[in-house]
This record gives sequence, C-alpha cells and structure tokens, in this order.
Amino acid sequence: MSKTVDARGLSCPQPVLMTLDEIKTGGADEIIVLVDSDASKENVSRAAENKGWNVAAITEKASGYHITIKKG
Amino acid sequence: MKGMKNIFAGRWGIIGVGVIIGILAPLLQKLGNPGNMGICVACFERDIAGALGLHRAAVVQYIRPEIIGFVVGSLIAAYLFKEFRPRLGSAPIVRFFLGVFAMIGALVFLGCPWRAALRLAGGDGNAILGLLGLIFGVWIGTLFLKGGYNLGRTQQTQPAAGWMLPLFMVGLFLLMLVFPQIEGKEKSGVLFYSLKGPGSMHAPLAVSLMVGLFIGFLAQRSRFCTMGAIRDFVLFRQSHLLSGFIALIVTAFIANFILGQFKAGFAGQPVSHTMHLWNFAGMALSGLAFCLAGGCPGRQLFLSGEGDGDAAIFVMGMIVGAGIAHNFGLASSPAGVGPYGIPAVIVGIAVCLFIGFTMRKRIA
Repeated sequence: MSKTVDARGLSCPQPVLMTLDEIKTGGADEIIVLVDSDASKENVSRAAENKGWNVAAITEKASGYHITIKKG
Repeated sequence: MKGMKNIFAGRWGIIGVGVIIGILAPLLQKLGNPGNMGICVACFERDIAGALGLHRAAVVQYIRPEIIGFVVGSLIAAYLFKEFRPRLGSAPIVRFFLGVFAMIGALVFLGCPWRAALRLAGGDGNAILGLLGLIFGVWIGTLFLKGGYNLGRTQQTQPAAGWMLPLFMVGLFLLMLVFPQIEGKEKSGVLFYSLKGPGSMHAPLAVSLMVGLFIGFLAQRSRFCTMGAIRDFVLFRQSHLLSGFIALIVTAFIANFILGQFKAGFAGQPVSHTMHLWNFAGMALSGLAFCLAGGCPGRQLFLSGEGDGDAAIFVMGMIVGAGIAHNFGLASSPAGVGPYGIPAVIVGIAVCLFIGFTMRKRIA
C-alpha cells in the first residue's frame, strides 16, 4: 500500500518528522514524500535509509521532488 | 550543475566543511579578529548593529565582512546549483521575535554556538557552561517539535523578495567602501568604527570577505548548522550534522594550539565572564530560540542567501535584538551580566515557551 506525505513548504526537521511518523504508523510499504528543497530531499532520504528503508526513486517536478521510499 | 551529486551532503562532505571552518576561524583571529572570535555570527551582527548606530556601545562597532560573505557566498552557491528558491510566509513575526531573543541570550553568554565552539577550542572553560546551556535549550525545543510545534508552510514568491537580505548585505559593503575606516576617527560618514575593544580588532577587509564568501558557499552546499547538529542527534539519533560541528571544534583546537592561541582556564578569557549560571541560561535561551526557528544564526544567514525570506526576518530580528541588548543594559561584558540581563533572559525564555506551546496548528 502506498501513502503520500506532503511536506512542501515546510523546512527541516518537519519533513523528516512527518516521514518518520508515517513509517512508524506502519501499514504502508511505500511512501511518497513531496518536498520542495534540496536540503529536505537529502534529509528525508538519509532518515529513511537510517530506518532501513530504500530510496526507490526521486523525480523532479515543477513544485520540487517526489521521493519514493520502500520498506527494505 | 543540477545533475551533479552533492558531494557535501555526504558524511565526509560535512566533516570537511567543519575542518575548513576550524582552520579558517583561528586564522582570522591570528589576522586580527578578537580572541576566540575568529567567527561569531551573533557578535558580528551585533558589531554591524553598532556600526550602523542602532546601539552606541563604542567598543563593538564594525561592519563585519564575514557576515556579508556568508550571505552572498550562499547566494552564489544557490544560483550555481539552481537551489535559489524565493520563499516566505512561515510566521515571519514569530521568527522576528525569536531572532531578537536569540541575540539577547547570545549576548548574555557573549557568543553564538559558533563562538561557544571556538571558545572551547581556545581553552575557555566558560564555554562548557554555554554549550551545556545550548544543548539544554535545543532539547526543550525538540520536545515542542515532537509535540507538533511548527511555524507553518512557506509560499513561493518573486525572486526580488529572496534578494532583500543579500541586497542589504551588498549595501553594507558599499557603505564600507564609501565610508572607509579612518585611523583614529570613531566615525566615517554614517558608519561608526570602534577605536578600542573587540570592535577595533579585525582581519583585513579583503581577507574577512573572501573567507566569508568561501564559508558561505560551502555551508550552503553542506547545510552546515550548529543547532541542527544537536537537534538531529537528540531527535533522531542522527549524527550527520553533529560530525561537522565536532570536526570544527577538534580542528580549531589543533589550529589554536599550533598558532599559540590556546590558553586553558575560566578567568581572564577574552570577551567572556565567569557567571556560570548565566552563561548556561543565556545559551539555553538562544538554543531554544534557534531550535524553534529551525537553524543556528549561521544557517539563518545561509538560508537567507538561498532566498528564504523568513530566515532573513530572523536575521533582522537578531540585528534589532543587538540594538536592544546594548541600549538597555541587557548585554554582558567581561565584568559580568548587564544590569537587566537576568530579567531579559527570563522574559525571553517565557516568550519562547509561549511560542512553543501555542504554535502548533495542524499542517493542512
């Protein structure tokens, strides 16, 4: 099951906190995180990998990045 | 350069940046900056406030080119790597007051987190109290973050809005060129220049500016942040930013030793006092304010360079806070805390707690 976390317009640590919350809630084995800055993209990827998740894809959109992370 | 992987985002990138700052800051001191103050974002913004006459403490007045370099260096990096993103609107007035009280706390301790690190690396034992206070303040901040504290989303805006603080910095630099320091004169045109005290001690303008630009560039790429270093470790047990901060302290310690600038002790340290409780409390206030605002004073300058108008508001809050701190006797001196320093710290902590408890609107 896939879930989406919209962290656009928020600065760190909020995007990371929201991503970790979603990971903790369980249920989803794929989460798409929307961020709009490179720093958030790096931080969310780093935090997901620390939790044993894989960064499956990062696609650039007009509004920022869509980061797809999957349960490892 | 967008496609290039950001080498500074890795573990060795952030450590490398910490090492470079750890070398350059003691060198700036060797070249003329005040003791254990090769770089101090709070002190230098306070000196800028003094140079503009926002306060009239005669010993702390100088337009510090390092600060100009931090913002413009970050701006250059952001444009080069297509990361300039004009944005604002995340509770600006709250950020302004966080900036004011962050500065007041820093001036009770006599330094920001950058200088706390450099003071420790120079052997100043009082910095231990400051760093403990910083950790305590940031820890309180993380409790609010866990409880849902946030300042809300930003909105995209016109590039000109993102240019406001960089342009202000360019303006300060032009003022320095139009009204250069005149030997033995305390005023040149509209600018004040200290004749004695820390404000009179500075590395050559070109050196300060170049070092500032270089650090601003590197810090934009690496997201170097002294508050984030502690916050991320407390919040996520993540040591990425922390490794950069520790690299800075260790390198500066070695550099100070080699340059003959290391002197261990509590009493008689440069631009410091030994009132332990207020060293702790001042920095605790600062740490809490930085944590609630999402970045240390350096990071706020680097963010301003990438177009973050909210960080720019925080910076202006700090500059105004410096004016308040020195005009109304809140700032400390080597003799100890100022006459109104203690109540100011208490009020500051109360204001930050109020902000922490109330700014928790659900993110739409």
